[in-house]
Amino acid sequence: MLDRPAVVELLDDDKIPATFTGNRGLDQEEPLLFEIGRLDATGVDVEAPAPVATRLGALERKTPIGLPGLTEPETMRHYVRLSRKNYSIDAGLYPLGSCTMKHNPRSNEKIARYEGFADLHPLQPQSTAQGALELMQTLADWLMTLTHMQAVALSPKAGAHGELCGMMAIKSAIAARGESATRKVVLIPQSAHGTNPATAALLGFSVRVVPAAADGTVRAQAVRDALGDDVAAIMLTNPNTCGLFEREIVEISDAIHAAGGYFYCDGANFNAIAGVARPGDFGVDAMHINLHKTFSTPHGGGGPGAGPVVLSERLAPFAPAPFIRRNGDSLELVEDAEGAQSFGRLTAFHGQMGMFVRALAYMFAHGADGLAQASKDAVLAANYVRASLRDVMTQPFGDRICMHEVLFDDAWLRGTGVTTLDFAKAMIDEGYHPMTIYFPLVAHGAMLIEPTESESKASLDLFIATLRDLAHSAKAGDMTRFTQAPRLAPRRRVDETLAARKPVLRWTANAAA
Amino acid sequence: MRYHPLSEADRRAMLATIGVPSIEALYADAPPATLLRKPLDLPKGKSELDVERFFSRLAARNLPASCAPFFVGAGAYKHHIPASVDHLIQRSEFLTSYTPYQPEISQGTLQYLFEFQTQVALLTGMEVANASMYDGSTATAEAVLMAHRLTKRRKALLSGGLHPHYAEVVRTISRLAEDEVEAMAPDVRGVEDLVARIDDTLSCVVVQTPDVFGNLHDLTKIAEACHRNGALLVAVFTEAVSLGVLKSPGAMGADIVVGEGQSIGNALNFGGPYVGLFATRHEFLRQMPGRLAGESVDADGRRSYVLTLSTREQHIRRDKATSNICTNSGLCALAFTIHLTLLGEEGLTRLARVNHVNAVVLAQMLADIPKVAVLNESFFNEFTLRVEGDAAAFVEIMAARGVLAGVPVSRLLPNAGLDDLLIVASTEVNTDEDRDEFVAALKESL
Repeated sequence: MLDRPAVVELLDDDKIPATFTGNRGLDQEEPLLFEIGRLDATGVDVEAPAPVATRLGALERKTPIGLPGLTEPETMRHYVRLSRKNYSIDAGLYPLGSCTMKHNPRSNEKIARYEGFADLHPLQPQSTAQGALELMQTLADWLMTLTHMQAVALSPKAGAHGELCGMMAIKSAIAARGESATRKVVLIPQSAHGTNPATAALLGFSVRVVPAAADGTVRAQAVRDALGDDVAAIMLTNPNTCGLFEREIVEISDAIHAAGGYFYCDGANFNAIAGVARPGDFGVDAMHINLHKTFSTPHGGGGPGAGPVVLSERLAPFAPAPFIRRNGDSLELVEDAEGAQSFGRLTAFHGQMGMFVRALAYMFAHGADGLAQASKDAVLAANYVRASLRDVMTQPFGDRICMHEVLFDDAWLRGTGVTTLDFAKAMIDEGYHPMTIYFPLVAHGAMLIEPTESESKASLDLFIATLRDLAHSAKAGDMTRFTQAPRLAPRRRVDETLAARKPVLRWTANAAA
Repeated sequence: MRYHPLSEADRRAMLATIGVPSIEALYADAPPATLLRKPLDLPKGKSELDVERFFSRLAARNLPASCAPFFVGAGAYKHHIPASVDHLIQRSEFLTSYTPYQPEISQGTLQYLFEFQTQVALLTGMEVANASMYDGSTATAEAVLMAHRLTKRRKALLSGGLHPHYAEVVRTISRLAEDEVEAMAPDVRGVEDLVARIDDTLSCVVVQTPDVFGNLHDLTKIAEACHRNGALLVAVFTEAVSLGVLKSPGAMGADIVVGEGQSIGNALNFGGPYVGLFATRHEFLRQMPGRLAGESVDADGRRSYVLTLSTREQHIRRDKATSNICTNSGLCALAFTIHLTLLGEEGLTRLARVNHVNAVVLAQMLADIPKVAVLNESFFNEFTLRVEGDAAAFVEIMAARGVLAGVPVSRLLPNAGLDDLLIVASTEVNTDEDRDEFVAALKESL
């Protein structure tokens, strides 16, 4: 067991002095840009334009915008100070279940910035961008091989956009069969990501919820019970959001196909099985792949992501434009799919090229063997955390093998007065980002931990020791460690109710005065 | 493998703790027939050096904007990005953090999103803005869906000056969501009469200014006609720099303003990632899609920021959500905010003027070429040329000479009979030499 870090001794509130500036050592208070910027300050020297008669007509702006500026040194300081108020993977283990916070290689950042990729216009002649099209085609080939699927739509901008793409292909295929009027229902398990029902509803489907069995997975019989002529598709996540492999996935797939429906697989958790198993072998018809999870393009504080969708033979003809076609020695980006069965267009251009570069560089670095090892190490790490905490925390479906993430509930906290939220906030004082909490909804007070393959054993051991120590503290009734947490972060608990009740969504001069 | 810290000894020790003999045993729940028995037919892992070498070779097969006289626009624009922007967005704390769900350790992200929302609201002349969307085209589609929710009508009217790809994105989602779309014919000269087409069956009218052909539009009368008929005006822009010298859409009566923010702070990236801007009136807030950062206080009463109004969103509302959107375009929004902070009002106004002047000078030079005409009455940094012949063929000829001359309208509208039109953009990056080379190349290819 590791010793407690000495800093915990400082937790007594009396020992944290109030300072004149509000600063504490490296943690500096930083005003808003609008409080320090000036309308006449700029960090960009632009030469005065030549005097020319304008062609703006009557639409020239006559009033000021009110945008403050900062010089370059002030800008650097402002945003560097802000950055230091954020947790990051580079700084520590980031166990957000369902989010896959793994290491982001910097070589990928370097390559994505090569002028030959970053400084290409999406509409410049295709003859001047053959290397870029080759890169996209290579990525598509890798994704099809890894999933054993027959086509890929690269353009979706994020996971939820990929879901929309896959479900649009399914809706189009059903229309082509002349069954639009009758197949209006999508089956979705209780444990699904919220994006699944939101996507189905957006396309006019109604959602029929499939209950989970006592072990946290979906039974083929439950799917059969929910099936009928009115069902268009099932949206199923595998491994599911409880971190469990859907054992009856092949039977479920057979059942949905026998009933004339399609199998949409939410590929958010593909990182547990990439290189180990292929969704095409489960009978999947469409699946999005979050490049920002499985293939480690950075999360960037909430985007940009990328959500290419792999498609089965049956759905391939409905793929959106643009797509790439090989013409002899050259590649052609087909941007106008009129006359074909393509369901249309999802975004202005060709997708998240910057993310394609990073994801493909990640794949090349790993190779087939490395990708399989990444999946396996992720699964190993999650099970190690599970096995190391199973005597102090409880799991909603009993202690059983998990995939890349392990789900705990709050049964073990009952009677302590400590909630899942309190526990999560106490982790912040220990220097950790909390795990995903209160998701999935099927577990009471859920705590979903995904350590990823990027952690060393020493890092996992310190994390485990910390959670064990917190768990003992909670059971021992050391309430202040939880209810007052966080005490050492840049902010104490933030009042979310106030923010929602009286929304202040921008700075205004009046409010500041 | 350089990214995997676990050693074989670590793995063995961990398996012992778990109580299973091998990692393979952890996949016991997977149907055995679905587990791969041999490695996939893909190359083995490569060193960093070898990976970079491969990608360098691919990159060398492309002609980047900075290596050519460059006049390509139509929805994405080449601008100079200060080095400090790219340095700051690569800080670990911005690059490798997640969505700010834990506000106490995410104030950096939340505060810049609050600044971003304020900047977008000021720039568009609107009351509130969200924390960004995927890009301008998806923001436009979301604006149409939002107008449907607000008006309880399900028909949108699209201007003929709307970027054809944006129109296609709106048509695609509308068809599949079973909503109606009416689209005006391509409006090359910016003279269509939208007002005459507005009636009380429409949820919204979608108008782009500057439009895809470069024309500027006064939205005031369109807004009035929309409001008389209970419809909303959705104003679109693809060149955010134009707002530095043009009247804001908000000042002309727009109800929802959406646009592409790429040209401030973000590289061309062959089409993405970009950053969609989305702004509206306060009264429509609860139907706005996307994330929002709001101001609050912490337990010690200190000003703090937090994601708010999430009861609109999919992770709470599921099938009743305002949108299925889960991510924004955080890092691209940060690049936008930092670049706009560096510019400030002073820099943005100047930059916009330089763009305009460069375009005016170029338009005059091109108009002086026989068999070439500039079709626009008004424009910002982009205009449409009529050339005698196939514009796409001329573009290819000029590309072979190393000049990237613009976007042939036939690339955006292949079957519209507009093959003799070329959309030309000019920004601050263009020099006198660039313009001379363009003129010489065009003369020669004609």
